Amino acid sequence: MADLMQHVWDRALDTHVPLSVHFDLTYRCNERCIHCYLDHDDHGEMTTTEVTGVLDQLAAAGTLFLTFSGGEILLRKDLFDLVGYARALRFDVKLKTNGILIGKREAARIRELGVRQLQISIYSHRPEVHDAITKVPRSLARSLAAIRFLSAQGVRVMIANVLMRQNASDYPGVRALANELGVDCTIDPTITPKMDGDRSIVALRLPAPQLLRVFTDRSLVGDDFMTPPSMEIDRETLDGRPCSAGHTFCYISPYGDVYPCVQFPLPSGNLRRQRFEQVWFESPQLSDVRSIRVRDLPTCSSCGHVSTCTRCPGLAYMEGNMRGPSSADCEKSLLRAGAAPASLLSTSDLSQGGRG
Amino acid sequence: MNDMFVARSERVAARKVAGEMVILSADDSSLYVLNGVGTAVWDAADGRTPLSAIVDDIICGEYDIDRESAWHDVQEFVDALVSYGVLRTSAEAIRMDSTPSKSQASGGV
Repeated sequence: MADLMQHVWDRALDTHVPLSVHFDLTYRCNERCIHCYLDHDDHGEMTTTEVTGVLDQLAAAGTLFLTFSGGEILLRKDLFDLVGYARALRFDVKLKTNGILIGKREAARIRELGVRQLQISIYSHRPEVHDAITKVPRSLARSLAAIRFLSAQGVRVMIANVLMRQNASDYPGVRALANELGVDCTIDPTITPKMDGDRSIVALRLPAPQLLRVFTDRSLVGDDFMTPPSMEIDRETLDGRPCSAGHTFCYISPYGDVYPCVQFPLPSGNLRRQRFEQVWFESPQLSDVRSIRVRDLPTCSSCGHVSTCTRCPGLAYMEGNMRGPSSADCEKSLLRAGAAPASLLSTSDLSQGGRG
Repeated sequence: MNDMFVARSERVAARKVAGEMVILSADDSSLYVLNGVGTAVWDAADGRTPLSAIVDDIICGEYDIDRESAWHDVQEFVDALVSYGVLRTSAEAIRMDSTPSKSQASGGV
């Protein structure tokens, strides 16, 4: 099935189809997570009619994978109407939520609508840790109750465990909890700056020793991340695209703004003023993103890590240059490989500990 | 050779990507990619068009294939997709509720 899915992505890439769209329906939220990159005020969300209009355009453009996220999507009173509309247009719908507003009735409705997966954020198996991150008392208990309601309905649930200083050592407990609940679990140590550029929350990122522990935990990563990069730079890698952002993937904000990715806040158009197809095919910003090949990255194209690095162009953009390195990914690559990437060789203290 | 009506399941997602119909099950995440003939059958599976008409008018009309072979291949294809929960069949016309309407999404923000 992985090959077949790759075939679909390749066809979408060749024909410039926005196969996957992440659509934030609201930035409002009933939690106040300490690492959140969003401003939770409502600056004028798209109405139901505006959202359904966008969904029509996305279906016409060829989008199959649609993620509704936020903010907390259950705060939209029209959420189930929008999901129903999207399913009638035959989108593959995934929902990202904290789950605390999902009871038996909501879980049954989600099952009935044919949502393929829900992703629910769980930060720790310990209430005192999880609730301190969300700043909502009993939020862990309520999120876990939602997972049980959804599982009882047969809805596929994925726990998303974002790692930061506060919960660095709790991921084994979260994985055990997921196992007990019979759901999948994904772990992500990525903390991004706020959408407005404020970088204060970046201080919550795991310090290097704790990140190293994650990257060397064989129960998580097998042997793959323990292998040093070959340091060879082949032509296929240099001809490659940095990632799918702006190629087969894009992000839409609750205000209709279009960006290459949820983690790549390069304003590329607005769906209150433009049709989606116009933005997708004619935006100078998206054209610029699409024009970039790995060989065009001044530092990374000569870095021995280039074929294995998980460089995020959006994080690089937030550091000031979408063609530059993403320092967070350079540091991750250093930790995974035990050898310093090019960007760290002369500029960072981390390079002194590297062997490359 | 009994005729029947064929309808697309409401439990799947589907989109045509570069001419191929991509289908994903909401229930078990199974993925199917249909070729040109399969996509033509899927497009025609509106619950109102008899399978015989799909074979005669669409498949034999658009592809260089004799009716007997087309009927056999299409029936085999439909049987397979029914067993996967992607299509459903009935001796009677099937009502499909998958056309979105604005009234379906008329709630407020």
